Amino acid sequence: MSTPATRRKPPRVGDQPLFRRLLIGIVLVLVAFLILAPLIIIGVEAFAKGWQVYRDTITHPDTRHAIMLTVLAALVAVPVNTAFGIAAAWAITKFDFRGKRFLLVVIEIPFSVSPIVAGVAYLFVYGLQGVFGPMLDEYGIKILFAIPGIILASMFVTAPFVARELIPLMQAQGRDLEEAATSLGASGWRTFFSVTLPNIKWALLYGVVLCNARVMGEFGAVSVVSGNIRGQTNTLPLHIELLYHDYQAAGAFASASILALIAVFTIIAKVALERQGAGRVHSPATRPSLVANTAEKTS
Amino acid sequence: MKIRLDHVVKTFETFRAVKDVSLEIESGELVALLGPSGSGKTTILRMVAGLEYADQGHIHFGDQDATDIPVRDRGVGFVFQHYALFPHMTVAENIAFGMKVSKVKREKAAIDARVADLLRLVRLEGLGDRFPAQISGGQRQRVALARALAVDPKVLLLDEPFGALDANVRRDLRRWLREIHSELGITTLFVTHDQEEALDLADRVVILKDGQIVQQGTPEEVCRDPKSSFVMKFLGDANVLAAEVRDGKAYASGAAIEVSGMADGKAELYARPADLDWSLQGPGIPASITRVLDRADGRRVLATAETGEHLEFDVEPERLVKAGDGGFVTLRRAKVFALA
Repeated sequence: MSTPATRRKPPRVGDQPLFRRLLIGIVLVLVAFLILAPLIIIGVEAFAKGWQVYRDTITHPDTRHAIMLTVLAALVAVPVNTAFGIAAAWAITKFDFRGKRFLLVVIEIPFSVSPIVAGVAYLFVYGLQGVFGPMLDEYGIKILFAIPGIILASMFVTAPFVARELIPLMQAQGRDLEEAATSLGASGWRTFFSVTLPNIKWALLYGVVLCNARVMGEFGAVSVVSGNIRGQTNTLPLHIELLYHDYQAAGAFASASILALIAVFTIIAKVALERQGAGRVHSPATRPSLVANTAEKTS
Repeated sequence: MKIRLDHVVKTFETFRAVKDVSLEIESGELVALLGPSGSGKTTILRMVAGLEYADQGHIHFGDQDATDIPVRDRGVGFVFQHYALFPHMTVAENIAFGMKVSKVKREKAAIDARVADLLRLVRLEGLGDRFPAQISGGQRQRVALARALAVDPKVLLLDEPFGALDANVRRDLRRWLREIHSELGITTLFVTHDQEEALDLADRVVILKDGQIVQQGTPEEVCRDPKSSFVMKFLGDANVLAAEVRDGKAYASGAAIEVSGMADGKAELYARPADLDWSLQGPGIPASITRVLDRADGRRVLATAETGEHLEFDVEPERLVKAGDGGFVTLRRAKVFALA
């Protein structure tokens, strides 16, 4: 930052103090208005009517039920999507098969489709007027406007998270390690648990954390399929909206503060994991084997 | 263990990587698969290992048909080009891995003792607690070898074992691998695109081109008697001269050499730089020197023949030659191949 240092180096674009301060200033103002202010408002409004009202909202049976439902959705959707993500990444990066590119595209779809579209689609597949609806109804299975629908919608929206984290890393690592392990006599499971998993664990956890955050915060798809039955099919985000529409601002903000808290923990976990080398950055320990694994396969 | 490949074919999508290769490797032999990239050598090695399945043909280990035995049960030691050491395990854990996952259960003490033995064999005593990222490339290569040897493989397979190392380390490791081979006597097959490496290390060299074996034999046989212009060119520097065969003699730009049993017609004459010499008087190929390159082990002369062909040859360092000199290039020996 000192002048002699800048004089010795060739001047870079935007290196003038005025320009620099202007840029930093703009960013700070935007962050303050767009991110910090709303967060602070959540905190302030949640306690606007005092600690008592905050506690009452949080401990209200409907709120507690909403929290339980959100946690339940996460408890089912995250492990399922983790298993799916590992399986998909493993298949795509370690094997050659027809339709591999197609599978890659399909995995990405939930990212590009608006969640509300996913919700409506589920409505038409499992709803009473839908494809499987009448059949499921005959057997007394209720998917829409019930917990299974909420879990299914959450799973759809968050399906790509784990796979997306793992595929680039596993692609870069190549197949050598697995081939080495099997040539030494290891079984498929053994290879996975003692060779593959230790080398992807940080990226995997990173994907799980992001997936979990998204499941807990999911609104669009869930709001279509849940039916918003208070105390029955309301997840935490839906509950917040409901309270807000009921003119219970303090209650809405109190519930929102729980989601915000979860978000803060997620960010802390994410940063901690990134320090461990997860999240698109390849861990230094795996770097030596990155070079040209596939280049000489045919020679 | 004797290995026998019987009419093996491998196709990747539409690319024929290996076309009908048959090959025998005697028990205890050290054989090099040598060829340019795309010649199918790595594919052959991976098929012997079981990392790739043959589309057609059979692979026998001794009297057993190993074609359909999965890599896990095939009992081969495979050393990967980039070592493929497990980065999250120490050197000792890497070496012990094969023994730990084996169906044959071993006592922990027995495994530790074996690891210590292997570390001694590959001269890495005291490095057992390091991680692969903390040791040099040459050391990693030796760990990879120790790890492959730990499971007492019937066959040792090495894919470009020294490809990623610098020249000096490479030469040391080559000599050392040869020593290990004579100590253990294990049947060994390795892949390389480096002719010097193949000739220095192997008992027998198998030269491949476009998925087929073009010639095989001891280093002496392939060097002294290359059967094709491809082998001649691939094994080392060669001068090429257009030639004409007439009555058992090949004539090229003023030089002539005996060739018995060749039909008359157009041909190409190949000569190594050491097979040519420089003289101020004829007979020979009239030429003028364009450049003199001084090297640690001698002096290389670049010259242009009167017919326009470019020639390279070696002379003793004491020889007085300089760019611009005129004279004659003489032939000590050469190989002549008829033009198809």
